[in-house]
Amino acid sequence: MNELVFFINNVVIAGSVTGSIYAIGAIGVTLIFSIMRFAHFAHADMMTFGAFMVLLLTTLFPAAGASIGVPTALIMLPLAMVLTAALAVGIDKAFYKPLRAHGVKPIVLVIGSLGVTLMLQGLIRLFSGTGGQSLYVDDRKEIFRLALPFEGVRAPIVITEPQLYLFVITLVAVVALHIFLNRSRLGKAMRAMSDNPELAQASGINTNTIVAVTWVIAGGLAAIAGTLLSLDVTFKPDLSFFLLLPIFAAAIVGGVGHPYGAIAGGFVVGFAETLAVFNWNVLLRPFRDSLPAWLELPSNLAFVGTEYKIVVPFFILVAILVWRPTGLFKGKVI
Amino acid sequence: MSLATSPTPLLEARDVHGGYGSMNILNGVNMTLNANQVGVIVGPNGAGKSTMLKAVFGLLHVNQGEILLNGQPIHNLPPNKLVERGMGFVPQEKNVFPSLTVKENLEMGAYLKPQNVKRMLEQVYAFFPPLVEKRHQPAGELSGGQRQMVAMGRALMAEPSLLLLDEPTAGLSPLYMNEIFDRVKQINAAGVGILMVEQNAKQALAIADKGFVLAAGQNRFTDTGAALLADPDVAKSFLGG
Repeated sequence: MNELVFFINNVVIAGSVTGSIYAIGAIGVTLIFSIMRFAHFAHADMMTFGAFMVLLLTTLFPAAGASIGVPTALIMLPLAMVLTAALAVGIDKAFYKPLRAHGVKPIVLVIGSLGVTLMLQGLIRLFSGTGGQSLYVDDRKEIFRLALPFEGVRAPIVITEPQLYLFVITLVAVVALHIFLNRSRLGKAMRAMSDNPELAQASGINTNTIVAVTWVIAGGLAAIAGTLLSLDVTFKPDLSFFLLLPIFAAAIVGGVGHPYGAIAGGFVVGFAETLAVFNWNVLLRPFRDSLPAWLELPSNLAFVGTEYKIVVPFFILVAILVWRPTGLFKGKVI
Repeated sequence: MSLATSPTPLLEARDVHGGYGSMNILNGVNMTLNANQVGVIVGPNGAGKSTMLKAVFGLLHVNQGEILLNGQPIHNLPPNKLVERGMGFVPQEKNVFPSLTVKENLEMGAYLKPQNVKRMLEQVYAFFPPLVEKRHQPAGELSGGQRQMVAMGRALMAEPSLLLLDEPTAGLSPLYMNEIFDRVKQINAAGVGILMVEQNAKQALAIADKGFVLAAGQNRFTDTGAALLADPDVAKSFLGG
């Protein structure tokens, strides 16, 4: 049983945490692609920007959360979402819109977004410094230990406060997005524009409005992902940047341009990562006696070492694209 | 004797030149269509028929000449502004949102008039009964004829005063073709002006109040549909004998 608890802690919970972050990031990437048809490489640094806004606001008003018993960072999250959404709309107006007006190829926008990512990262670093900073005011995260009511179980299931918030907020964000896309007039217009931009315009849909709405949603979601990630570990100016490639892998695995695909892709990539570095020896240990004597289990039986974790998303990416070139859900051909 | 002022035409095109980039495809097209009339543009391949329709709907830059809707200049306005002014456009290809359901497709047609959605949905369903049972199905899964119904229904949702149809019967079976021509007549009878480009020239001219035969981006013949059908020159050059 202890082995099972170990598995839950190291795979189920860890995989859900990584998967949720990837999923929220990948939804933003996929929405931007479906409306503007380019890969937005500055997405990870928009996540960092959101977390940085939370860090700033938390430093300014450290006591805001204590009064209602939630971390101050969470109280600041909605405001940070608004600020990040404004940043996203501003970046589009300043950099991407002029490029689109020139009718450039998508690759020019992609390279433009690389420039934006370097600029954003540099700016944030300028103000935040390069070190890690906790988003918790007193740096004390609550840790919940769930002891299983079985005999001989020593280790509890461990889940931290930010992880719980992460699961709840991910669920709320996904449900809200689903309702928005399928029930609201603007959400349907967004799907219409993703399907056929010319016909959307011919229906009287103002495509500039849809572009702005897309940035608002992508910016808001980026702030959520960046903040929850930084809450779970610590804020660093390059923390989210290192997730950029797995997030893109998740979006592509799920089927580019498909929001539900992005969610599925996020969890597939997240779980694949944790399963790949999990030490399977732990699960085999109880059956050691029934194994043949000549079989000696190495002490570390993970598929890849933790240091090669970053390879896993790309292995999954290639495998899925070979098996299903448009991704899990039928995405757009890039 | 008083001069009877003729009413302002619904659509008027005067000496329209235009094309993609600096290359002109239209070299001076003239058109007049009154309210409640059916206008049909026919002509050989490359005559600029669809190009003219696109110019009317603001999808193409007009370099010279003017296009008036109810007397107001509209050339080079963006399509969404033209929808506001009562124009509807059904492209020949890619004329539905494939991943949206039939109902959502129709709702998008009334995007600018959300308060009308319910009433217009009922009207469009009454007009195209096959769409009722397909309403929750993605439009991309429908047959060609049903897709054309969705496309026309979407344009009608905005209650246009002028409906532009780009080859509505292209690729349809004869059965659906007749159905679509019947619908066009009915839509017109309900008070909507129609301007359409058609390959099936004989059938289209038979329902046309005005026929425009284009060749090389210019008017070759302009008359009533019936007169064009009866004209031996038109028949010999453009209607295949």
